[in-house]
Amino acid sequence: MANLHIIKPGWQSTLQDLGRQGYFRSGLSEGGALDEIAFRWANALLNNPSNAACIEILMGDFEAEFEQATCIAITGADLGCTLNGQAVANWQSLAVKKGDRICFNSPETGLRAYLAIAEGWQTPIQFGSRSTVLREKLGGLDGDKLKAGQQLAYQANSEAPMQTLKPQWIPNYNAELILKVLPSYQYEQFSETAKRRFFTSEYIVSQRIDRMGYRLEGPAVMAANQQLISEGIAMGAIQVPPDGQPIVLLKDRQTIGGYPKLGCVGSLDCSLLSQQAPGKQVRFELSDVATVQIERRLFERKLRCFNSKRS
Amino acid sequence: MKVSSVSENACLIQVGDQISESLTAVIAKLSSAIEEILGDALIDLIPSYTTLLCIYDLNKVDDLWMLKTLRQITQEVGTNQNHEVNTLESLGRLIELPVWYDPEVGYDLEEMASDKQMSHAELIQLHTAKEYRVFASGFMPGFAYMGSVNAALATPRQKTPRKAVAAGSVGIADTQTSVYPAQSPGGWNIIGRSPTRLFDISRGDKAALLQVGDRVRFLSIDKATFLELGGQLG
Repeated sequence: MANLHIIKPGWQSTLQDLGRQGYFRSGLSEGGALDEIAFRWANALLNNPSNAACIEILMGDFEAEFEQATCIAITGADLGCTLNGQAVANWQSLAVKKGDRICFNSPETGLRAYLAIAEGWQTPIQFGSRSTVLREKLGGLDGDKLKAGQQLAYQANSEAPMQTLKPQWIPNYNAELILKVLPSYQYEQFSETAKRRFFTSEYIVSQRIDRMGYRLEGPAVMAANQQLISEGIAMGAIQVPPDGQPIVLLKDRQTIGGYPKLGCVGSLDCSLLSQQAPGKQVRFELSDVATVQIERRLFERKLRCFNSKRS
Repeated sequence: MKVSSVSENACLIQVGDQISESLTAVIAKLSSAIEEILGDALIDLIPSYTTLLCIYDLNKVDDLWMLKTLRQITQEVGTNQNHEVNTLESLGRLIELPVWYDPEVGYDLEEMASDKQMSHAELIQLHTAKEYRVFASGFMPGFAYMGSVNAALATPRQKTPRKAVAAGSVGIADTQTSVYPAQSPGGWNIIGRSPTRLFDISRGDKAALLQVGDRVRFLSIDKATFLELGGQLG
């Protein structure tokens, strides 16, 4: 076992895997990589198990040194990554040597980069997951974001394939973003006018964005009935508080809540949303469960094909 | 009961419209039936006051299969419901939680008692007299929403939440009561403190002491017993 030495931890660098499942009923958040697309590709590029932990690096200012040679993969936001001062291309796996220094500087496109390592970062598992949920002080090394001077264990000298993702499979975070919505929950309690307004307006990503949810700003949409008995919240739920400004709830959402919800955004669209910075315009599109399920299954198949073709 | 798809991997069962203990018992019954039938296609269940959210693995089953299966289960449980309702009421584990009711740790005990024109002893007596049911979990790991308290004890949340409510604090919000598993900001009216650990990572899968459907009774203890049982002041 070798260690990665954290020199600069950055704004918010956290250990994430696919999240914590089976404990929602005890009130534990799901947690997990916000951009599942980038996270899954990072592991696929190394032929890792799909749930191997990655570092989710928010906006850069991150620097660390490898104690021993191994293989890594970089996906997600382009944070101007360098290895020993030389620019490194995103969406590929590569070998690193003893003493190599990796930096993630500042966002070029997207917000969150994923740093995967052969066989995954070896941090403690809590409730079946290594994911950090800051609010619950769970996961990571100590339930918190990474700090300068900490060490992350990994398997030294691991062999992994060197490969690059096909350009057509790389998400474009600068492209227009239309979020597919499954009408559900209290959808019927919103007036026809409110629904039309919601699906025809531009919404802007606000400053209030975090791992719990993305608050959007635009024309207000109000549910007829604001009194709701708290109920379980699914991934991507569009919660509408009394001010009518929608919040798309993401991985660190609370398990139950009592605000009206218009429906749910598909999980792959949530991944793309999590890469957007304040000021980005997004729109909503009415969709259905079959469409988003098929999209999700095609993504899984793409990953499977990628890994089987290699071996 | 109404079953609907709410997201690409979740279905919601609406069991009723009003919060009631019998509904919680039905939800518990549904939960075990769903766990048995869905097996590893089920990721998790989130029971709440009147609903049950079922999160499933969309790579194993699709929404049509889920809706059909859940509708069958709700029908079966619904038909058996009437003649079993009495036994259902008494289902659920009984958990006793010791509480030291005192202004030293119950920040709002004095004010609540004077607002309601009752003595501390009367207030404590009303809170301990009833067996409560866990309706929902959430807000933070191990936080259980229990009800319903005697109408005379019902108190709205504090207008401005406290920045820090100590772990173990026992509170009342409207007709519900709960215990804070860890220090947290909070707006519930605090009347005492329990030395029992509501959420303990070292218990593994049983980290959360209270589960939806459990029955809870509070027992009044004195300061010495509170400290003896590991209660923390401050």
